[in-house]
Amino acid sequence: MSQSVLPAQRPAGRPLRAFVLGNRAALGTLSVFLVMIAVFMAANPAVFTNWNTYNSVLVTLPVAIFLVVPLVFIVTVGEIDLSFPATFGVSAWVFALLVQAGLDPFLAVLAAMATGAGIGAAVGCLIIYGNLSSLVASLGMNFMLRGFIMIVTGGKSIALISLSDAPAYRILSGDLYGLPVQVLWALGFAVFASQLFTRHRFGARVHCVGDNPDSAAQMGIDVRRVRMMTFAFMGLGAALAGVFSTMINFTWWPTAGDGYLLTAIAAVFVGGTPTWGGIGTVTGGALGALIV
Amino acid sequence: MTNRLIELRHVRKSFGSVFAVSGVSLHVDKGEVVGLLGDNGAGKSTLIKILAGVHAPTDGEILVRGAVVQNWSAARSRAAGIETVFQDRALCVQQSIVRNIFMGRELAGAFGFLRVAKQTQEAERLMREIGFTSKVFSPHSIVGQLSGGERQGVAIARAIYNKADLIILDEPTTALSLTETEKVFRFVRAVREGGRSILFIGHNIHHVYDIADRFIVLDRGRVVLEVARDEVASAEELISFMEGIAHPVAGKAMPFADKMRVLA
Ligand SMILES: Nc1ncnc2c1ncn2[C@@H]1O[C@H](COP(=O)(O)OP(=O)(O)O)[C@@H](O)[C@H]1O
Ligand SMILES: [Mg+2]
Repeated sequence: MSQSVLPAQRPAGRPLRAFVLGNRAALGTLSVFLVMIAVFMAANPAVFTNWNTYNSVLVTLPVAIFLVVPLVFIVTVGEIDLSFPATFGVSAWVFALLVQAGLDPFLAVLAAMATGAGIGAAVGCLIIYGNLSSLVASLGMNFMLRGFIMIVTGGKSIALISLSDAPAYRILSGDLYGLPVQVLWALGFAVFASQLFTRHRFGARVHCVGDNPDSAAQMGIDVRRVRMMTFAFMGLGAALAGVFSTMINFTWWPTAGDGYLLTAIAAVFVGGTPTWGGIGTVTGGALGALIV
Repeated sequence: MTNRLIELRHVRKSFGSVFAVSGVSLHVDKGEVVGLLGDNGAGKSTLIKILAGVHAPTDGEILVRGAVVQNWSAARSRAAGIETVFQDRALCVQQSIVRNIFMGRELAGAFGFLRVAKQTQEAERLMREIGFTSKVFSPHSIVGQLSGGERQGVAIARAIYNKADLIILDEPTTALSLTETEKVFRFVRAVREGGRSILFIGHNIHHVYDIADRFIVLDRGRVVLEVARDEVASAEELISFMEGIAHPVAGKAMPFADKMRVLA
């Protein structure tokens, strides 16, 4: 038996280097983006040095992060989900209806989260147990749920003016020294999810299932369960995105969520998660959301 | 029968209309090395996948430590102390050595968060123990960048981690260099000395002959021969038996003719 000691290939003292290497795709695009901003600033200082321009980004970016981050899990596990815009819409609708009915907004958030996770699990069920293509099933689900919203509401939105006085509003999407609080929530979500992705049993299994489902099954991993949970997590993220979007605008629209389909998917790939499954980056996805 | 670790009774497995395994009964006792022989396509891998819980048998019974098991699965097989090094190695090639070693059996603490440092340490120790060490890779190396022998090392390291009672090795020496093959043999002997069992599959009869206490020959999904080591005079005798099965010659005497089971 050889006695040679294995050298550590990832020296603990150089986390910055590891971070840069791990996210080079996203960082590359980010630097192009920064150069572009600099050029625009020089060309039109009036618009591009105005804080409000960036503030509006900070208002919507968190919503995108709640979508992009779980979508990284979905792509890594080797699936795709195109139903999240409608899940976003339905969950936010549940939130709006409950708040309108006078329920405590915190409870309404929980109900929306449960709705989102439930829809995600249902989509997962269709795909995994119904043996359908994830592309077809999730897109079909997207149209079906959106159609349902449109038929029931007749295309009417719900205004939630009273929300601005609720403590829930101040905690979830108020202002903290001029910074929209939802940015912190989104950041917290991204950090939590990236820990889940890289340092948790669930994340480890998501990687293995996306890498080689046969190997994962041979090692006793319940492949279907892992996929189901990934879809449920996607639904949960979509619900949170829906709630935050509704709070920020004090209004729920029947089309809520539709605009995020392509941007969220683009952010995942711009962030450096490849299409084939098995590997991905949550940090990259969050940076991708910033760029897109 | 406290000595009986695992047993199959009249197990059959069909894929569509073909039977890959058609009525096999066999057992592995504590502390013995059983060599499972047979031509390509004989059903060896299918059989061990049934033991490993990957394939559910079409019918038949599986007994572990004397008791019939229900709803046998890969997770249950591992929990029962059976580790398998599959013919295809069952690795995830885009993942690190650590993640492969702990696949499906992660060391996790509170709320399922991984004990990252502990996993890394254990992976390092296992790789050293198995002797598949190299200066150029660490526990964080990606498995896809390793050589065939090194990948095999990862699969074996994974199989010895929890001191399983039975380790199944499906053609572990195929595509290995001589020194690597020697390492595998040393490993098999060490496991037996530790009082644990091995089911060793191979089609290189010399390899199996050197290490097994008992031989089982499979042909077209059936057991055609089961002999103890001391009933066999030489590897050549086994080889001539296998050739006789593959290309029967009328009138030619077969070795083990008295012990042979069904021959179509
Ligand atoms: N998953 C499967 N689907 C269909 N046929 C299979 C499958 N696995 C094995 N077989 C068939 O079963 C027979 C036995 O294969 P296998 O158990 O791999 O043999 P061996 O390991 O002895 O070479 C072969 O004819 C093979 O084609
Ligand atoms: Mg085989």
